[in-house]
Amino acid sequence: MRIQVLGTGCAKCKTLTANAEQAARELGLDVKVEKVEDIKEIMKFGVMSTPALVLDGKVRATGKVLPPKAIKEMLSP
Amino acid sequence: MSATPQEVAATARGPESDPRSVRLYGLLGIALGLWVALYLVIQPAANLLTHRVLGLDPATRLASAVAFFLFEVPKVLLLLVLVVFGVGVVRSFFTPERTRAILSGKRESAGNVLAALLGVVTPFCSCSAVPLFLGFVEVGIPLGVTLSFLISAPMVNEVALVLLFGLFGWKVAAIYMGTGLAIAVLAGWILGRLKLERWVEGWVYESMASAGTIEEERLNFADRLRKGIEAVREIVGKVWPYVLAGIAVGAGVHGYVPEGLLAGIMGKGAWWSVPLAVAIGVPMYSNAAGIIPVVQALLEKGAALGTVLAFMMSVIGLSLPEMIILRKVLRPKLIATFVGIVAAGILVVGYLFNAIF
Repeated sequence: MRIQVLGTGCAKCKTLTANAEQAARELGLDVKVEKVEDIKEIMKFGVMSTPALVLDGKVRATGKVLPPKAIKEMLSP
Repeated sequence: MSATPQEVAATARGPESDPRSVRLYGLLGIALGLWVALYLVIQPAANLLTHRVLGLDPATRLASAVAFFLFEVPKVLLLLVLVVFGVGVVRSFFTPERTRAILSGKRESAGNVLAALLGVVTPFCSCSAVPLFLGFVEVGIPLGVTLSFLISAPMVNEVALVLLFGLFGWKVAAIYMGTGLAIAVLAGWILGRLKLERWVEGWVYESMASAGTIEEERLNFADRLRKGIEAVREIVGKVWPYVLAGIAVGAGVHGYVPEGLLAGIMGKGAWWSVPLAVAIGVPMYSNAAGIIPVVQALLEKGAALGTVLAFMMSVIGLSLPEMIILRKVLRPKLIATFVGIVAAGILVVGYLFNAIF
């Protein structure tokens, strides 16, 4: 499982990163949440509003801060 | 509680019948009833608190400031909750992706008008200005049309409109919305005519490859209502301290600054007041919630409407942080032209309203 948070460093992006980390930790997943801050990289995902959550290369949420609970649901199959 | 029976009727006809949705409709119905009840009691409650409980003499300046504060704060917050909820529901229909789909392939003039209108209803945060700009340009939306969107989105927003409506009445709110949209349309159109694409950072047009497809969330009506609640939590949760601070300053001005004091400096007679208001307003950065209550108090003390509108638009519509963010994709010359043209539009609005009213 690869978890990426896309965002140019605004407050919301930091919250989403923290929430994703918390979700992974609570599920006992040993993954590091990657932060994608370069705008050119972000655009490659076709995302227009940040922050965005990408799981295994697939964009799952854009423009909002998901709570840890919602991310956990996405992470657990 | 007058609205509750209708709400119940709506629930019965509602398309979703799962228990969670039904409970949501019920709770929202109760909330609406509570809202109406609260709205009706704030005026008497504010007077009662000021004069009876605090024992302030109605003739004093302190009493007038306190009564103003106690009435305006709950009123504005209540209006804010209702409108932000409504706008949150409306916005669930307009994701940036859908707005882009509507705008792509539109010609310039019609595109500018559409972009300015969509700027009002599309969820927008200035921290997303760059990805949004790139996303628009990528699919071939003209630069001028994109800029129309970027002018109207921050300037004509629901928080500004609620505060204007609550503190000034519907006429001023409508004037602000109309002129704000006009500026966004015209400034975007002019910027498009100037063919400034060469002042966009080169890599923007090089990397135009991936208009990625993102799955759209499928939402039913209950989900949209939940989006509205989310918007209230997020937006009202963020702006309430500004509302409080703004109204507190406004209350001070209301109670203590003598009538007509500002007529000389910010009144119609002073021709230089409009450019000065814009010059001060552009570098200033505050959200609508903080600035409008102050502006209302200024107006009451003799400042002219056009001057006050110009000040407000330049504070809310042109913000330094957004320009810094946009610097990633736009060369400084283009940013300067953008600010110059929008500021010129604001000046015209300022003079126009000083001349009419």
